[in-house]
Amino acid sequence: MDRLELFRDRLIDYKATVARASGNEEISALVLRFLQEVKAATLVGPPALDKAWRTGTREAGIRILRDDPPLFKDVLNKTAAVVTAATVGIAETGTLVLDHRPDQGRRIISLLPDTHICVVGAEQIVTSVSEAVEQLASSVAAKRPMTWISGPSATVDIELTRVEGVHGPRNLYVIVSG
Amino acid sequence: MNRLTPAPPPGRLIDAPPFSKGVKPHLANEQLRANLQLATSTIRAKRARVTAELPYWEELRSVGQEIKDHTLQHLPYYLALFETRLKENGAQVHWAADAEEACAIITQIVQAKGVNEVVKVKSMVTQEIELNEALEAEGIACWETDLAELIVQLGHDRPSNILVPAIHRNRDEIREIFLREMKLYGKPAPEDLDNEPKNLAAAAREHLRDKFLRAEVAISGANFCVADSGTLVIVESEGNGRMCLTLPKTLISITGIEKLVPSFRDLEVMLQLLPRSATGERMNPYTSMWSGVTPGDGPQEVHVVLLDNGRGRVLEDPVGREVLRCIRCAACMHQCPIYERVGGHPYGSVYPGPIGSVLTPQLRGLNSKIDQSLPYASTLCGACAEVCPVKIPIPDLLVYLRHRVVEEHKRGQRGMEQSLMRGAAWGMKKGKRFGRVGKLAGLASRALPLDYVRWLPWPGSLWTKARNLKMPAKRSFRYWWKQNRGGGPGKGSVRGGPGIGSVGRSPDKGLVGGSDKGFVGGGPDEGPVSGGPDIGPVSGGPDNGPVGGGGA
Repeated sequence: MDRLELFRDRLIDYKATVARASGNEEISALVLRFLQEVKAATLVGPPALDKAWRTGTREAGIRILRDDPPLFKDVLNKTAAVVTAATVGIAETGTLVLDHRPDQGRRIISLLPDTHICVVGAEQIVTSVSEAVEQLASSVAAKRPMTWISGPSATVDIELTRVEGVHGPRNLYVIVSG
Repeated sequence: MNRLTPAPPPGRLIDAPPFSKGVKPHLANEQLRANLQLATSTIRAKRARVTAELPYWEELRSVGQEIKDHTLQHLPYYLALFETRLKENGAQVHWAADAEEACAIITQIVQAKGVNEVVKVKSMVTQEIELNEALEAEGIACWETDLAELIVQLGHDRPSNILVPAIHRNRDEIREIFLREMKLYGKPAPEDLDNEPKNLAAAAREHLRDKFLRAEVAISGANFCVADSGTLVIVESEGNGRMCLTLPKTLISITGIEKLVPSFRDLEVMLQLLPRSATGERMNPYTSMWSGVTPGDGPQEVHVVLLDNGRGRVLEDPVGREVLRCIRCAACMHQCPIYERVGGHPYGSVYPGPIGSVLTPQLRGLNSKIDQSLPYASTLCGACAEVCPVKIPIPDLLVYLRHRVVEEHKRGQRGMEQSLMRGAAWGMKKGKRFGRVGKLAGLASRALPLDYVRWLPWPGSLWTKARNLKMPAKRSFRYWWKQNRGGGPGKGSVRGGPGIGSVGRSPDKGLVGGSDKGFVGGGPDEGPVSGGPDIGPVSGGPDNGPVGGGGA
């Protein structure tokens, strides 16, 4: 299995939804489809989100919030979905790493909404944890906080049965671009 | 005075009865055993599957061991570095010698914020220092936010596992607890709540969301602390950790001083070892890392409390210190045939199972009944050491601690074992004497036409009430040697090695604890280590910069 297939396979194993897109047109079509799938009425984006990724969402009647200036947590708590970029993807473990630069935004915006749509470039996806750590050394040096996300929020606390969806976003959609 | 949070069971853990007594009610609880069996067998299978996926798993374990050993060997250096970096990153650093100091520091910080409620990420070290009760006594409600910890807290219960604290509860019990208790402390559980794990988790989400949104202060532990960047790492699944680490204005993290790793590069090893060993996942759903205060993102006041609480003393012990490598994955307890049958409560500690039996008595000292009994809470089968991601030789440490219990309490409750050992030592010390004992035992064996002794008077009954005693061989090995090899080379060369010959080998137990070092030391898998394929070996001591210079 090649790197991208592995990445997809691992994420599906965690019950995330994964799709491939080439170009902004396909990305924005997928974003809209996913938002409609969860019946999202509001969408929040980080300050530097690529606007081309959400073309057509406003026209579809979805309210768009930009986290600049920072939104209150009560507002974010009522926001249905968030779209962010990522810094690194790890194939072997099905992990997205956010280092919360401006195209990913503050940690809180990808936490409170129940649906997280994450766009990661195919070239950002590495095979192993070791490679990812190497890539991320500069983020640590820059004192950026980091969130490693492997699937939607989950728990095994009841009889060690995995249940998706506790406190974090219950729906994780991943778009691999390029 | 009215309590703010559900009261835990009365009494202190350290006053627990000795393990062999404490297990009795648990052994009799069939529901508990069924819950545990299901849970541990499920997680064992998952762990086995995902560790087998990595061809370099064994090398990874060895490197994990090396990283932790290296850090512990240079701990003062790395602690100082960590403190410096934290301060540079805008965090406030506090040092706590023991539980009391740590609780006082945290209480003061919370009081200075003028709040009477905090949210907490699951953290073993806060259990160890009994932080919840210390805060409760000062009129501060400390809410557990991990699902299992919430089940335990609302159930007026104690955790029984470090990874899945409510492993002893099944879905029906959890439903009852939620229906009964949630309404007393916040958003009630829906009245039509059923026992589906998905719905139980949803009830917890609803119940805790309000608390997360209004909390001004959060408390966490740390899975790893990166010395050279001043970074803390929390590994979790549910997102309650992210909530606590992101939403409140003030964050207080407390960590044992042994949680350090030299540099960020070392996490490539630790973040592979921990999730696969713990929940048996390739990666846990969420890992958060933060380096002090991030302007405009998350808590703007960040405290880190570095806790000793016995660790410094353990570090001074060249044998016992291996326990400080522990990364709290719980693989050892899920593998342990004893834990699987009795659960975590009889261990009288927040750290149960095999690791608890070697960690707790070292942290607390060997003074209480429970701590003296914990090193014996094992069959020494070795399953724990085979799965430990940082290769802690738990059986060796158990034997070592048994020895220390005997040494430090010679006149105590183990008087009889001592006399037996002394008797055996007398018998084995001289070749001639040993020969005579062998002859005598053979004589007794030939006189009695039995294979097994089923009953002996006290004190022999302590053995025979649980097992039969095999009769000694009818002829001693020396006799056989004389008959078959007599006069050959090496004549008379057998000089009474223990275990050979027919001497009434009294309880197997008698063989351990007698040796100073015989049992401690490398097991078969502990060969010298060289960096595996994808893993940068640990290099560089404190003088030439931290670990893993990328093979440069």
